Amino acid sequence: MSNPVVTRDDNPFAPLRKEASAGEKITRKSLTAWQDIRYRMKGNKLAMFGLWVIVAVVLLAILIPILSPYDHFSNELANKNKAPSWSHWFGTDDLGRDMLVRTMKGAQISLFVGVMAAIIDFFIGIVYGAIMGYYGGKVDEIMNRFSEILYAVPNLLVTILLLVVMEPSLTTIIVAMSITGWINMAWIVRGQMIQLKNQEYALASQALGAGHMRILFRHLIPNAMGPIIVTVTLTVPSAIFTEAFLSFLGLGVQSPAASWGTMINDSVGSMTLFPWRLFFPAFFLSLTMFAFNVFGDGLRDAFDPKLKK
Amino acid sequence: MSKTLLDIQGLSKHFNLGGGRVLKAVQNFNLSIRQGETVGLVGESGCGKTTAGRTIMRLYEPTTGTMSYDGVDITKLSKKQFKAYRRRMQMIFQDPYASLNPRLTVLDIIGEALDIHGLVHSRAERKRRVEELLELVGLNAEHASRYPHEFSGGQRQRIGITRALAVQPEFVVCDEPISALDVSIQAQIINQLIDLQKQLGLTYLFVAHDLSMVKYVSDRVAVMYLGKIVELATSEDLYDYPQHPYTQALLSAIPVPDPSKERQKERIVLSGDLPSPINPPSGCPFRTRCPAATEKCASEVPELRETRTGHWAACHYA
Repeated sequence: MSNPVVTRDDNPFAPLRKEASAGEKITRKSLTAWQDIRYRMKGNKLAMFGLWVIVAVVLLAILIPILSPYDHFSNELANKNKAPSWSHWFGTDDLGRDMLVRTMKGAQISLFVGVMAAIIDFFIGIVYGAIMGYYGGKVDEIMNRFSEILYAVPNLLVTILLLVVMEPSLTTIIVAMSITGWINMAWIVRGQMIQLKNQEYALASQALGAGHMRILFRHLIPNAMGPIIVTVTLTVPSAIFTEAFLSFLGLGVQSPAASWGTMINDSVGSMTLFPWRLFFPAFFLSLTMFAFNVFGDGLRDAFDPKLKK
Repeated sequence: MSKTLLDIQGLSKHFNLGGGRVLKAVQNFNLSIRQGETVGLVGESGCGKTTAGRTIMRLYEPTTGTMSYDGVDITKLSKKQFKAYRRRMQMIFQDPYASLNPRLTVLDIIGEALDIHGLVHSRAERKRRVEELLELVGLNAEHASRYPHEFSGGQRQRIGITRALAVQPEFVVCDEPISALDVSIQAQIINQLIDLQKQLGLTYLFVAHDLSMVKYVSDRVAVMYLGKIVELATSEDLYDYPQHPYTQALLSAIPVPDPSKERQKERIVLSGDLPSPINPPSGCPFRTRCPAATEKCASEVPELRETRTGHWAACHYA
């Protein structure tokens, strides 16, 4: 053995033999876009606070009227205008009705109005906005002009005119808000569609022979979901506020049903004498609006890929 | 000589910008592509090469002109009739970050191609087929359950290639498939495309702006300027005997990997910018930047003519 041959395997300096596919391995845990968003939401304390407040208000609104010994409509005139106590935590109103139950009944109505308005806006807005943005051209021109005209009509005027033909009720309020409420959503969806329809993945799908429906529902709308969900979340507080406002003007739900707006309206005349009658509905109205707004803002941040850490 | 697969005659694509302004992205585009060959299409940004590729795929409806594929005029086919041709013609996109839907898994991205054309009949078959295709381009079967953002640029581009090949096309438009990738990955993707061409007998229209890369992959090269083909020749011939002053300028800009030669090399520097395709110059579109332009160039539009055997150029003085 005068001339030892160093084979590759014996040579300590030989490059490691690489598995051909080793370079293609992905070691990071698979995270879907939604998991990523949830992860980022968890880091946003204010938004999570908003979420917990929303959950708490919803639970209270459902449970309190069931568990309480009182109901929201029986008069008890001997106990009218009582300050908060152990038997009536939030006091009583001018007909001796328990304010805690009434506030939570009001929460039910306010949340129902908010969620209904958001759902209606969601469907009308997506369909109308997607057609405008996706088809473009003349279709977009005409549909966009129509929505602009509708947007220019004052909301309150629409509601008051509607109340001439319909009884003041919850349905009327929801219809009134839906007539113009979807426009904002439609514009947001339109903008998203215009931006996304020229993305290469939409073209790739078209090149494969996909139809309009497949491109819209499989590629474009799922990718526009971020801004859509943020808009929905921010629609809820504005609908709750509009309902409260209309009820305050006496155009909303009628007694004995209660909403936060009607309760504030009933109590505002005697607010110096019986401030709790104003405080509790006003407090819950503000708290809910605040919670939805910070939650919506948090969602917007979580959906924005530019803020990704 | 193999048969002509795609014959494009007088293809134009104009975009109406409103207010009477028309962007003539592609004008009078003539090209025939034979089965099994690779035709390179080069030109600077904004010259209409991507639009040409997309119009051929009928992602844009052509304004004028005809395209026949395998002897059939596909320009006027309805959406339904054209669907059969979508299986035979596919496209690889420029930006691997934008060409994959971020909300879908790789299985669904590639599976969509199979779904649209009804090529698989069960979920298990769909999954098996996607995994086979992934392995064809050197990716792993377990990548099917991943989302696009988990991949590197080169891997994403291979997923894009897989999607195009899933329907077993014979003609593929490669729209700058490597321009968004690192140089080290570019070679990998190019070699993969060449291997696949040999393996599957594909015909390519290779759109790019990198001349040296185009020379490497193409049998013939067409040079575009401002929506028009200004020169068309076999790649050897084009690089050795460029006829059009624009091609000469482009070729002189390719760096030579030898500093002493590079220093001596005479470089033709074009002055000015690419004119606006909304308001193109009269006559020869290149005359505003051409070092040899004369009055004739301003008044007469040069037609593409054969200046050497199999070598076409659109210049009065070529």
